[in-house]
Amino acid sequence: MPAPIIKVDAISKSFGAFKVLDGLSMQVMPGEKLALIGPSGSGKTTILRILMTLERIDGGHIQIDGEQLYHMERNGQLLPADERHLAKMRQKIGMVFQLFNLFPHKCVMDNVTLAPMLTKGVARAAAEKRAMELLDMVGLADKAKAMPAQLSGGQKQRVAIARALALSPKIMLFDEVTSALDPELVEEVLNVMRKLAAETDMTMLLVTHEMGFAHDFADRVLFFDRGKIVEEGKPDEIFRHPKQERTQGFLKKIIAAGHRV
Amino acid sequence: MTQWSGYLGLILQGALVTVELTLMGSVLALVMAFLAGIGRVSRFFIVRALATTYIEFFRGTSIFVQLFWAYFVLPFVGLSLTPLQAGVLALGLNVGAYAAEVVRGAILSIGDEQYEACTALNLGRWQGMRHVILPQALLVMLPTFGNNAIELLKATSVVSLISLADLTFQAQVVRSQTGSTLMPFASVLVIYFVLALIISWGVRSLERRMARGLDGVRV
Ligand SMILES: Nc1ncnc2c1ncn2[C@@H]1O[C@H](COP(=O)(O)OP(=O)(O)OP(=O)(O)O)[C@@H](O)[C@H]1O
Ligand SMILES: [Mg+2]
Repeated sequence: MPAPIIKVDAISKSFGAFKVLDGLSMQVMPGEKLALIGPSGSGKTTILRILMTLERIDGGHIQIDGEQLYHMERNGQLLPADERHLAKMRQKIGMVFQLFNLFPHKCVMDNVTLAPMLTKGVARAAAEKRAMELLDMVGLADKAKAMPAQLSGGQKQRVAIARALALSPKIMLFDEVTSALDPELVEEVLNVMRKLAAETDMTMLLVTHEMGFAHDFADRVLFFDRGKIVEEGKPDEIFRHPKQERTQGFLKKIIAAGHRV
Repeated sequence: MTQWSGYLGLILQGALVTVELTLMGSVLALVMAFLAGIGRVSRFFIVRALATTYIEFFRGTSIFVQLFWAYFVLPFVGLSLTPLQAGVLALGLNVGAYAAEVVRGAILSIGDEQYEACTALNLGRWQGMRHVILPQALLVMLPTFGNNAIELLKATSVVSLISLADLTFQAQVVRSQTGSTLMPFASVLVIYFVLALIISWGVRSLERRMARGLDGVRV
């Protein structure tokens, strides 16, 4: 059995007096597609942001690909990670944001090529060739020269996906990537994600309120509530036969709100 | 009539000196503004402290005093400057201190999500600043930079106090030689005003050029 690519061990995180994550532990296997669901404020975004090093932990340990994320070993001692260690660890991880976070002053092509050229020293020609392949994959090869402001939300999000993929991370984090989109634009982004799941062996963690998509996409579903994983299992188990009362209550509410499961 | 055109020539010579001072002073001010403005948001305490000291010192003492120091006091520590050099130094450092706060404010006005995208793409702090934050912040700075440049233009007249023959200085010369007050002062009024207009117009067209594409208008 291969080793987990992500090992979260009893981490805690507070904002002021408010404990968002409370001794959270989880493991993710390489290539696994994970859906994180749960009520608003349960800590789903926070755990993704912690994995992307956008938020620090107060306690616990995280291992990515066999190495400590927030600690480094020096002479058998565990020290807090410095910026160089974090930069090394970030190479393994990419993230797509709810609001795309494209660089508005750069065209689509430059959005995608900037990081590979700066952080990996890839030559412009090679970076642009790879960017064109990725833009083609997300169906936006004809928009390479467009500015972000000229794109629809769905197109922006597909560019953001291509931009994150350009660094070839082993792990991709998606935080409610369709929740800011008009309903008719959601499907084009979900299609790209389906394709990614089918064609790559990347490990993917997805926070979503699209239960139907989570069901089809995920190998495993984690149900979060109040900073803890209350229940986890195969999509069918969680969506059809939830064991925990809180999971049942949450799904009932979602269905009542008109979401397909 | 020929006499008047001779005097007008004097005034135009002065205008040239004023333009020269404004241009060179603005270049120095711009350099100082970016150094101190970026220094203000550095993660190193000592850099922040240096930048803050510079800004507070040059905003807190008057441009007259700064100019007199540059011209009359620096020679005592072995640094003799020409009137033009002293003028550029005092104007550049003074206006640079104000513009540094503009740079800092513009950097801070860029949303967290841009910084987070930089982190997620593993850009270093300086790479993100240089390629993502500053280009967007520049657009925020430009209008205020225009004001700073006009302030600098107007402040150039202080150099007449160290006998640099700028626009204001030449107007006084012409006035004392002709006894006419209206002609020299009317001309310098118009010239300062036109120079300020040119700066406004230049900054605005630069702003338009840089904003192209950001708002979804086809480029
Ligand atoms: N920077 C912050 N400062 C203070 N509180 C925060 C901060 N970020 C998140 N929180 C709080 O932490 C809690 C968990 O937030 P988080 O964004 O992880 O929830 P979530 O599960 O993603 O919810 P949602 O489904 O609404 O996106 C929330 O109550 C939120 O208000
Ligand atoms: Mg969230």
